[in-house]
Amino acid sequence: MMKTVHNAEPAGETASPLRAVPRSARKTSASAGGDAAFRWITFVCSLFVPIVMLAIGAELIRSSVPAIKQFGFGFLFSEDWNPVVQSFGAASSIFGTLVSTLIAMAIAVPLSLAISLFLVELAPPRISRTVGTMIELLAAIPSIIYGMWGLFVFAPFMANYVQPLLGKTLGFLPLFQGPPLGIGMLTAGIILAFMVLPFISAITRDVFQLVPNVVKESAFGMGATTWEVTYKVTIPYGLVGIIGAVFLGLGRALGETMAVTFVIGNAHRLAASLFSPGNTIASTLANEFSEATEPLYISSLVALGLVLYLITYLVQVVSQMLLRRMYRAWSVGL
Amino acid sequence: MKRRPARGRRVTNTLVTVWAAGSAVLGIAILFWIISVVVGRGVGALNLTFFTHLPTPPGVLGGGLINAMAGTLALTLAATLLAVPLGLMAGVYLAEFSEGSRAADFSRFSANVLMGMPSIIVGVFAYTLVVVPLGHFSGYAGALALAILMLPVITRTTEDMLRLVPNTLRESALALGAPRWKVTLAIVFRAAKSGLITGVLLAVARVSGETAPLLFTALNSPYWFHSLGEPTPNLTVTIFNYAMSPYPDWQQQAWGASLLITTGILAVTLMARFAFREKKP
Repeated sequence: MMKTVHNAEPAGETASPLRAVPRSARKTSASAGGDAAFRWITFVCSLFVPIVMLAIGAELIRSSVPAIKQFGFGFLFSEDWNPVVQSFGAASSIFGTLVSTLIAMAIAVPLSLAISLFLVELAPPRISRTVGTMIELLAAIPSIIYGMWGLFVFAPFMANYVQPLLGKTLGFLPLFQGPPLGIGMLTAGIILAFMVLPFISAITRDVFQLVPNVVKESAFGMGATTWEVTYKVTIPYGLVGIIGAVFLGLGRALGETMAVTFVIGNAHRLAASLFSPGNTIASTLANEFSEATEPLYISSLVALGLVLYLITYLVQVVSQMLLRRMYRAWSVGL
Repeated sequence: MKRRPARGRRVTNTLVTVWAAGSAVLGIAILFWIISVVVGRGVGALNLTFFTHLPTPPGVLGGGLINAMAGTLALTLAATLLAVPLGLMAGVYLAEFSEGSRAADFSRFSANVLMGMPSIIVGVFAYTLVVVPLGHFSGYAGALALAILMLPVITRTTEDMLRLVPNTLRESALALGAPRWKVTLAIVFRAAKSGLITGVLLAVARVSGETAPLLFTALNSPYWFHSLGEPTPNLTVTIFNYAMSPYPDWQQQAWGASLLITTGILAVTLMARFAFREKKP
């Protein structure tokens, strides 16, 4: 089956195609020139991806210089965001990004693990395939559609049912105080959870499948239940891969834009309550970029983008490292 | 050895089973919830005018989104034309020629990072690279951003698909005296055809629903566009603008556009899966 999500290693830590071909067969005088050119062209094309990746970073740094000069490191810690007096700080956006991502991961990780458990260990193959496809389709729905659904359907649902209930039962915590607006940090986090769910579960499903059957069977043979095998054998065995999957989902959640922009409320402030509106780096960019005209304003927005670039880059590096290690250790390709 | 009562363990196991099945049901429920809402609210907006007319100001009846549909197609097509040849060739290098190459390792790593890069960042990049020097919003900037999002997906899928082609096929072609480039383009590509098509389709599906990278590159426009050199109308940014507006008729149109985009993307995604499955029974 085709995977929509690619990670970690290609299929070929094993022998590459070329090695199997005797050298003498490769070069005849007539074809040598054409082959060298072909090889060179493909090599140049393969350079585009790394060049673009580095160019994005360079370009963001270049364009955020005015903001960095003006605000220095204080940019990261200032809660101020006032285009009128040209004073900008990233604190509320960074805070919102982290909080909404945290909510998303707290919901998505247990759900993804449970779904993988269901798909790999519990469901009959036919059901597993159908359900698996449907979960993967969640990743195909565009961000903006999640946004439409979130703003017009899910936010009212939160305001009418979920938030009053949370307020009544857990209202003593500052996290769940305030009027049930529907839009806000909590709603954004929950929608994010649904969006990253397919990305995490695609990999955790692989992880569950890749644990050798002998290992699982020997635990079953000792009389362990399915849960005990999962909890004590499968998860520890595949832990590196699971953490890699979590980081991958984390990267997705951090930068998700449209759905969050629709439901988070877009307020530049730090608030303890998850019911209150906030913003994220991505939502600030989406909302304000096309309207910004003053150079310092634009530069500050680009600087926000740079912060997001650096965070996601770091998260990606960690997740690639972990997944690569797992797939290499198990010497299988994805 | 101490005897452990089985009852508690069995109860735990049952609970976990229920939780796992419940999670799967929840995932499916969300999918169908979203789809049913989009269909339910969007279907009312679809009529002949919607597909044949230009947008009208709020309150004025008879508006459609033909320009945005054409714009989305044009942007996606331009991005595809830019990214597919590059991605295919890059994938060829990684799969066929890259053994032991450090550059190839870095290229693979970069592709994975770029796939996880938030699309809005790519939008900012296209803005500083194209919009700022040009001095105005432009469809080319949008197409560039979309192409950047497609490139790593196509590169990695191509590599994976080419690696699935058995080596014996390459060897027999080479043994017949075919040069390496011909072996790749005529034999290996043909063998991997369905996989490559799948990769391209999935990449197209992915970018055609993107909004964030277009917000400040292609922008949007209520008029007809004559080239990609001007602000280009497109469905996704239109959805965003219309949904955020206070006018019910615009919101209704946003739902119509949502239905159109969702149907298109789900169709292409399922088609891609089907194309791939057909080959391997």
